[in-house]
Amino acid sequence: MRYSLKTKSNRDIFSSGMVDGFPIGLGYFAVAFSLGIAAKIAGLTPFQSTLASLLCNASAGEYAGFTVIAASAAYIEIAIITLIANARYLLMSCALSQKINPQMPFFHRFFIAFDITDELFAINISREGFLNPLYTYGAMLTSIPLWAAGTALGNIAGNMLPLRLVSAFSVALYGMFLAVIVPPARKSKVLTGLILICFAASWAATNIPYVSSLSDGTRTIILTIVLASAAAILFPQGDNKEANQQ
Amino acid sequence: MNTYIYIFIMAAVSYAIRALPMTLIQRPITNKFVQSFLYYVPYVTLAVMTFPAIVNATQSPISGTVALLAGIIAAWLGADLFKVAVICCSVVLIAEFFII
Repeated sequence: MRYSLKTKSNRDIFSSGMVDGFPIGLGYFAVAFSLGIAAKIAGLTPFQSTLASLLCNASAGEYAGFTVIAASAAYIEIAIITLIANARYLLMSCALSQKINPQMPFFHRFFIAFDITDELFAINISREGFLNPLYTYGAMLTSIPLWAAGTALGNIAGNMLPLRLVSAFSVALYGMFLAVIVPPARKSKVLTGLILICFAASWAATNIPYVSSLSDGTRTIILTIVLASAAAILFPQGDNKEANQQ
Repeated sequence: MNTYIYIFIMAAVSYAIRALPMTLIQRPITNKFVQSFLYYVPYVTLAVMTFPAIVNATQSPISGTVALLAGIIAAWLGADLFKVAVICCSVVLIAEFFII
């Protein structure tokens, strides 16, 4: 199977990826802006922080890394903290591997994997059927540059973006998450219940002593493993036609 | 300690985490538990990351809460990704105009 931009349907898929990637890019821009400020405080130059963003594509992971750089800690420490802060991408990558057409040329996997972020994962997984890599590439094209540009500008321009706009931009990412999880929940009572339980559990986890002192990334991993396992045991996929609809 | 070596290590670890499952898992998983688990992962992860983070992301928790409700309603009614995101941002902008 080939994914060539010569056919119209592939071009349409590529441009729908670009369209879906753009709001993600705007959300990225605002987040990356504050990340750029953190990078500057850690002593990185605008070039270095832009390079880090282009290569890592991870907000929590980069932030954690910058704190290690600021402390001039051991190299092994930055490896471990990056691993912990990004471990949820391991789960997402497992899930996404099941959306890949076995006929797809192998090399695409290397490129799709490069930008498995919370947001790109969300839009990739919500596509119907097998994933067309051109969709992912379109989304990468409009989101990665804004992520990098945001980091660069944050490093250079510091606190110049009005607080009102930062505040408004900051919910764009969550809006996109809702657009992914809510529509299937409308068709499935199991998913509706699960999402409400997730909200409650997540709220509890940020308030329970000890658990709340864990990083956001670690809490996300623990909650994901516990709640998705429970759902898989109680409502296995396959006997449940309703939950299969996507 | 060289900053570029730090960045290189961050990049290598970030990429390995993402690329290993993608390249090692090449066939459809048949184990029912694993299959179901992976089916639920995206919903759980995204739900957990959305709440309560959205409430704390804005200048006032009120505008964050309103954005959460507006986003759920818009997505429920079938608005696409871009529309839901724009609606959430606009709601915050408008709400904070009155609150702050």
